[in-house]
Amino acid sequence: MNLLGEDIVNENGEFVINMGPQHPSTHGVLHLKIWLQGETILRVQPHLGYIHRSIEKMSESLSYRNFIFATSRMDYLSAHINNLACALCVEQGLEVEVPERAKVIRLLMAELTRLSSHQLWWGSTGLDLGAVTPFFHAFREREGILEVIEETCGARLTQNYMVPGGVMMDLHPDFQRKTKAILKQVKEKISEYHELLSGNIIFQQRTQGVGYISPEDAVSFGMTGPCARASGVSCDVRKWYPYSGYEGVQFDEILETGGDCYARYQVRMKEMMQSVSIIEQLIDSIPEGEIQAKTKNVLKLPKGEFYQKVETARGELGVYIVSDGAASPYRVKYRSPNFSNLSAMSHMAKGAKIGDLVAIMATMDLIIPDIDR
Amino acid sequence: MLKDYFKTIFQAIQSLFTGMKLTGYYFTHLKEIQTEEYPDNRATLKMAERFRGEVIMPHNEDNEHRCTGCQACEIACPNGTIKIITKQEVLADGKKKKRIDSFIYHHDLCTLCNLCIVACPSDAIKMGQTFEHSVYDKKLLKKILNKPGSKLMEGVE
Amino acid sequence: MFLQFSLSSLARTFHEYLASNIGEGFLLQVLEMVIMGLVLIVFLVLLCFFLGYMERKVAAFMQVRLGPNRVGPKGSMQIVADTIKLLLKEGLTPNSSDKFLFNLAPMIMVITSFLVVAPLAFSSNFQIWDTSIGILYVSSVSSMAVIGILMAGWSSNNKYSLLGAMRSGAQIVSYELSIGLSLISIVILSGSLQMSEIIQSQQNGWWLLKGHFPVWISFVIFIIASTAEINRAPFDLAEAEQELTAGFHTEYSGMKFAMFLLSEYINLFVVSAIAATVFLGGWMPFHIGNFAAFNQVMDYIPGFFWFMGKTMFIIFIIMWFRWTFPRLRVDQLLNLEWKYLLPISMVNTILVTIMAIYGLHF
Repeated sequence: MNLLGEDIVNENGEFVINMGPQHPSTHGVLHLKIWLQGETILRVQPHLGYIHRSIEKMSESLSYRNFIFATSRMDYLSAHINNLACALCVEQGLEVEVPERAKVIRLLMAELTRLSSHQLWWGSTGLDLGAVTPFFHAFREREGILEVIEETCGARLTQNYMVPGGVMMDLHPDFQRKTKAILKQVKEKISEYHELLSGNIIFQQRTQGVGYISPEDAVSFGMTGPCARASGVSCDVRKWYPYSGYEGVQFDEILETGGDCYARYQVRMKEMMQSVSIIEQLIDSIPEGEIQAKTKNVLKLPKGEFYQKVETARGELGVYIVSDGAASPYRVKYRSPNFSNLSAMSHMAKGAKIGDLVAIMATMDLIIPDIDR
Repeated sequence: MLKDYFKTIFQAIQSLFTGMKLTGYYFTHLKEIQTEEYPDNRATLKMAERFRGEVIMPHNEDNEHRCTGCQACEIACPNGTIKIITKQEVLADGKKKKRIDSFIYHHDLCTLCNLCIVACPSDAIKMGQTFEHSVYDKKLLKKILNKPGSKLMEGVE
Repeated sequence: MFLQFSLSSLARTFHEYLASNIGEGFLLQVLEMVIMGLVLIVFLVLLCFFLGYMERKVAAFMQVRLGPNRVGPKGSMQIVADTIKLLLKEGLTPNSSDKFLFNLAPMIMVITSFLVVAPLAFSSNFQIWDTSIGILYVSSVSSMAVIGILMAGWSSNNKYSLLGAMRSGAQIVSYELSIGLSLISIVILSGSLQMSEIIQSQQNGWWLLKGHFPVWISFVIFIIASTAEINRAPFDLAEAEQELTAGFHTEYSGMKFAMFLLSEYINLFVVSAIAATVFLGGWMPFHIGNFAAFNQVMDYIPGFFWFMGKTMFIIFIIMWFRWTFPRLRVDQLLNLEWKYLLPISMVNTILVTIMAIYGLHF
């Protein structure tokens, strides 16, 4: 009973709090309804829809060239990769061959995006666990990467650089030099990241054994990306269904067996190094040539269904286009990684503390606009 | 048992010191500071040359632009940002030609996706590098890009 | 005694001046109390301004930022601007809160913090109240702060506040034990609870230097436990921005919020001052054995500066903690106290006792 004589617990003796839609650690407008017993979480129920912009419906009225830009606004931290998925799906329908140079540029941009996304994730994970300093240190390297991207694409976050058949503009003359410089810096600073956060005993205590999910559960919840790989589920689309030239580069799929927050943390930290190595393999051998395949002015996909999946920084993004032969898609459906990953949240958070829920959310790397689309 | 107990304490303290050493390093090395003092560095601030801030229509010194009013950008725009109003103009030799009356650009709707620039066949529009667009009235973001009294450049069809 | 700046002589001169004007007696006592209170309030508020500025700059430099640099030279007036902002803001009282307790809670927090300042020795013979139970007074009065936090959390009628207050209750009550035990080790060595005598006992060397490793352990435990006691990161579970938005002061705004902030900084100062007094010799200058020339130079630095310097050093360390470490979880916080700090400080107390009996310290 509170001061006014009202019960502060419900009829089952549970303390119900609403985390969000305005809350510092939900990274946007995610609304979690939490049933508590003291500090222990009994169950979590995510409420979605606060940032639904009907990107799928909107795409039905846009041409195949135009609907790509909207995907930047889904998972805004891996905008390049989202755009790439759309472009690849349209190319699949058009049956155009993308020039080699464009393929390599796309791959470079995708990996730079993954790197910057993971860097922001590292910072915000530290912030969510109460350490403010990592956030600023992470932004330092991310800034360098975004500057490289900005110089070539003209924008930092919502680049819209991929067009059906290739990329929009050629690389900036400084691209190679600046990329190498920033990669050197990133490699140096990742060891600092480990000093500052990974090795810290408080951080380890906060993450190890927290938010465990078994491989079986991860699969049945449809989890993908680093979250699933932390449970030992091999699901890297880049390895299993290579696209856009990933078959030609050497990299490891990072697998951990822990299934807890710390494993998810380690997967992302190691993926950063893998991204660095992919970029290093390609940066010196960008083939010369066209950056765009010749396409018609008005793109029309043949009647049928097309599906393309890519690995974004958060997992598997699927683009499904149904075409009736017109100049705009009949139906577009995005299978976003965060939506499926979020569904496992209530399972992972059962029996955890409020602080653990924050750690789980942080290491799942949720992007709310990607959940609602 | 007791050995493990002290070992955990020792390792914990060591891990904490590693972090403190790093923050201590940054505290004492002020040259590492990354802050850009934005409004103060306006004079030296240089945006990337391809930076997309707004759509602009370059005019030459005779107040001439290159826009033929073909509306390719209007079609290419996903958001309905661009609206081109055309008019019939009687040229010197008596022929009637389609010319632009006004090129209306709704900056408030624009996502700066660059698709209009790519679509333009005569390079009449390009991306400007201004990024300080805040205004108190939304209406001010509706811009007419062709300057008053401007004409189509010779030789552009 | 040329150019020897001394707060005690200043105070004595002032007292004599007043006494010559209005005469000794009850009136003089009341007047001096009022003046002392005002001086203390002004001093502590100014100190809080400085600590706020220092915290921002320390945080900024560790985070490769510049920190406040707009208001005043090097941004030093930023905190003044913030205070003016907080003063002008409306102090909201939620409609369904217990209004009396809600408004009382920040007062209790500030009063508690001010009370603990009383037995601190700022300089030699310059102390508000040199009570014979100084240490006991400090540790008992400072634990009253939890009442303010619980009151704030409960009366806000906000679920986040309640959780924050709940956490804080468990936290402060348990860390009180470690603080007490680590202070007791010095009480054993110096044989007194009185602040001035504890400082006198360090005339030939600070306890941290002459007390061997049991005192070092006490010092470390005191720093850790007092960080927890004053609700600062990594033990700021009662506020825990990322978990509970702002914990117990979620509903507070304007000047009422500023009072929580004020009490936080005064508490920070007080625990650091106690650590400086008990372990680092308070206003005692740093001396090296029989190295007379060096010692004499050290003596010229007034005691007040020694005291403040040591205090600031400890404050900096506590700030350093805050801007490096992640936050502990509530069960880990209690684990740390009951499984590590408390057993260690108990064993440590025995060691200190043995050391004191056999006179093994320098």
